[in-house]
Amino acid sequence: MKHTLSVLLRNQPGVLSRVTGLFSGRGFNIESLCVAETLDPKVSCLTLITSGDNNVIEQITKQLHKLIDVLKVVDIGDGDFVEREMVLIRVSAEAATRAEVLRIIDIFRGKVVDVSPKSYVVEVTGSHAKIEAVINILKPIGIKEIVRTGKIAIARGGAHK
Amino acid sequence: MSQITGAQAIVKCLMEEGVSTIFGYPGGAVIDLYDELMSSPQLTHVLVRHEQAAVHAADGYARVTGEVGVALLTSGPGATNGVTGIATAYMDSIPIVILTGQVPTPLIGNDAFQEVDIVGITRPCTKHNYLVNNRNDLVETIREAFYVAKTGRPGPVLVDLPKDIIKADIDFEDRKPIRLQSYQPTYEPHMGQIDKACRLIMEARKPVLYVGGGVILSNASEELRELALKLDIPVTMTLMGLGSFPGSHDLSMGMLGMHGTYTANMAVAECDLLISVGARFDDRVTGKLDTFATNAKIIHVDIDPTSISKNVSVDVPIVSDCRKALTALNNWFNNRQDISIEDEKSKHQQWFEQIKRWQQQHPLTYIEEGEKIKPQYVVEMLDKLTDGEAIVATEVGQHQMWAAQFYQFNSPRRFLTSGGLGTMGYGLPAAIGAKMARPDKVCIDIAGDASIQMNIQEIATAMQYKCPVKVAILNNRFLGMVRQWQELFYEKRYASTTMDFAPDFVALAKAYGAVGLRATRKSEVEDVIREALAVDTFVLMDFEISREEGVFPMVPAGKSTTEMLLV
Repeated sequence: MKHTLSVLLRNQPGVLSRVTGLFSGRGFNIESLCVAETLDPKVSCLTLITSGDNNVIEQITKQLHKLIDVLKVVDIGDGDFVEREMVLIRVSAEAATRAEVLRIIDIFRGKVVDVSPKSYVVEVTGSHAKIEAVINILKPIGIKEIVRTGKIAIARGGAHK
Repeated sequence: MSQITGAQAIVKCLMEEGVSTIFGYPGGAVIDLYDELMSSPQLTHVLVRHEQAAVHAADGYARVTGEVGVALLTSGPGATNGVTGIATAYMDSIPIVILTGQVPTPLIGNDAFQEVDIVGITRPCTKHNYLVNNRNDLVETIREAFYVAKTGRPGPVLVDLPKDIIKADIDFEDRKPIRLQSYQPTYEPHMGQIDKACRLIMEARKPVLYVGGGVILSNASEELRELALKLDIPVTMTLMGLGSFPGSHDLSMGMLGMHGTYTANMAVAECDLLISVGARFDDRVTGKLDTFATNAKIIHVDIDPTSISKNVSVDVPIVSDCRKALTALNNWFNNRQDISIEDEKSKHQQWFEQIKRWQQQHPLTYIEEGEKIKPQYVVEMLDKLTDGEAIVATEVGQHQMWAAQFYQFNSPRRFLTSGGLGTMGYGLPAAIGAKMARPDKVCIDIAGDASIQMNIQEIATAMQYKCPVKVAILNNRFLGMVRQWQELFYEKRYASTTMDFAPDFVALAKAYGAVGLRATRKSEVEDVIREALAVDTFVLMDFEISREEGVFPMVPAGKSTTEMLLV
């Protein structure tokens, strides 16, 4: 089963390598990983998607906690949360398809962020499923290049537990 | 606040921590620190002959004293040679601080001479590690390293020190209490869990205490003894736990697991309550997991939450320091006026009788063969002639198991062995570290003829520092433990386990200026040991033992612990 872990880390050199080393060394799985500074520049937030049964997730959580640079680990899959991914797509935009691409992007509430004579670069954010959907729709038109972020997530309602 | 050099600051930090002895090997990156050590007579530096030995010696020093051991290595190969020592200490949760030199900060990442990313290399085998890249962080980092090494579940911590930082002028700030927001080990047990545990103990008719190295690390032997004796609960120890409870006590069942006693393994299989304290359900202890302690409820005390429910799911987890948890359990029974301790004891009477029967049926034993030297006999004689009071280090293999089985450890911090990593070459340097810490005690390294050769160069260190360690080689001219597996499970195909050539150990000892003694017949064993103990110098004893002797009982790897091969 998939779990979304939100991990607060001391923003130190090498700290990401401690986390990824832990996963590779103990045979845990990372499906996606996203890390950036928080409001406090001394603290980073890492959102990590992993999978495993309850025992595995319990071990992952405890092992992460054991790292001296880890401040907090929350399995946000436990509660109600909002998750987002972003994709940048360079899509073919020839005379015949330019309007069609714009219509599709509009439906997905995406934006065109760069224009050239034969292509657009479009930006779409949303859930994993939505990103998959927009990619599938644009594929027949001609996707030239694609860059995706990992998933980030935040709990709904009150502050970080 | 005064300006001093980085080297002076490091020495001051070591003094603050009460360090009196460090083990190391110099090199270009740490030459300034060594220069400073020369003007610091309060610190004894022990010059080893290989960096691995420096770390093992610091580890042996830490195991015997309970203090943080310190090793000092240079950059590059100095640091990488230390890695086996660091991993050894990590697996056994031994508090040591390793200071490594590093190339100057402007050169880091440039493939400079003797540069290696030791922080990257040791990340998975240290509790934590640091590269000091700012002179202003130096003092705080070293203080933090000691704090992290000795608190919580202890472990090795490495500090990488670039040469320019060691030479820099820095401000030496006064010590402040250390508090790390991201590292706050749980020492106090949860009282609700203690209550649950005590109720399970009350219900149990066939309880077993299964205790490990955590009891020794937290100095909880007294509390363990109180609990076991109060309620008449039999005790079995892991390899790392030997000595935490007196081995010669009636309630001791000895070691459990792959080479544990018949009684201990049967008792764990049949008990209705397993009280695990400071042990981690290692595969060498549990054997086949599905059949381990299947009849029992399990209470698990450990300071490290990751140890709990890692291999075996438990009924009452208690995250706590072992000593504090045992104290809480004792207090619970002491404070309950409505409970008769005598009644509680009597509930275990039948169980205790069963245990006695197992002990009579299958005690630890071996078959005598005339004048052939049996390795078990050598260990028994070492035990007898040192009154069971020596500090015993071992290498890894058959001799290690014979030492664990036949030497009666009655006090903690007397048995130094690489339990987790299983590092051959550990024993001699660890015994040197132990002897430096406790010059008043007899220190013996029980070794095999293969293991001893992995760090045999350390005889020179022992001689230089007049460190009269005694080495007892149980010499079968085999890589004995692997040979035993080949005999039992590989149709006696002895692939690369025959040591067809070995040095004349007695002559070798003499070449180092030490004493070498040999016994080839059983009747010579006692005299050799007596002579070795009588002289105040390093002695190497070479016992030519019966070559194909095996370690028994033995639970084949992956089998249930009740499927023991017996003598």
